[in-house]
Amino acid sequence: MTISLSLFPLGWQHYLLGGVLIGTGTALLFVLTGRVGGMSTVFSSTWSYVVRQPFFQQARFVDSRDWRLVYAAGLILGALVWWLGFAGGTREATAVPEWQLLVGGFFVGYGARLGNGCTSGHGICGLGSLQLPSLMAVLTFMATAFMTANLAARWLA
Amino acid sequence: MKDTSINLTRALSTLAAGLLFGFGLSFSTMIRPEVVLGFLRFQDLGLMLVMGGAVWVVMLVYKLAPRLMARPLLDDHFHQHPSRWNRDTAMGAALFGVGWGLCGVCPGPAIAGLGAGNWSLLWALAGIALGALVQGLRAK
Repeated sequence: MTISLSLFPLGWQHYLLGGVLIGTGTALLFVLTGRVGGMSTVFSSTWSYVVRQPFFQQARFVDSRDWRLVYAAGLILGALVWWLGFAGGTREATAVPEWQLLVGGFFVGYGARLGNGCTSGHGICGLGSLQLPSLMAVLTFMATAFMTANLAARWLA
Repeated sequence: MKDTSINLTRALSTLAAGLLFGFGLSFSTMIRPEVVLGFLRFQDLGLMLVMGGAVWVVMLVYKLAPRLMARPLLDDHFHQHPSRWNRDTAMGAALFGVGWGLCGVCPGPAIAGLGAGNWSLLWALAGIALGALVQGLRAK
């Protein structure tokens, strides 16, 4: 009890159940459409609608851009259902400063696309298919994220 | 006619899968940057349970589905692909972690959070989109 309180001060059940639901969504996508649903590719594939440069016109982006947008719309819809149906409709907000969201976001987008995956691509799908390169990617980004978050807490707070 | 209906079914399936994903991200509070940053600062290990719960389900289904089914219900083959480890993967993952540690937002929650009315996440979303654009423009 005390251990679980100190490791999970906000409780643990919602984490585990939420994770299982995330996994179920990814699994459902696979069983129905055969697709591997990491989230970061949508940020490259959507640019293919407007950027003519050959990199963005690769088949892997052009062929998947429609379903990836639909998948992203599903994400928003799922959060909306939770928000209105389970969270009492209090608007979510964050105290993280806007510049930090923008600059951090830039590195997230650049890094995820350079490394071909993010927390869901390498993390959930990659680890879920027992890929060693994905495990190494996860360990790498966890390490730099731990470092950055702790340094930021010390220097920026 | 048959093509249209299968495309529609496929789109609705993709939407439903995304909906579950987004609901799970919200239910597990991963759409809150503060909760993610709390994990990265070792104050709350919840993210490990989220990741563990998701990976466990996906592992089971990725392993079993291709054995039990000849093909997915709405397509002619499973699209699994190997991930690669090279300099780009290493550098990309390291930079991704720096950004994630700075803002507490990764691609899924940046999108899903909008559905729960967190408009500030538009800043993160803009940053991610810009980062992806610059990466593509610099790529050979």
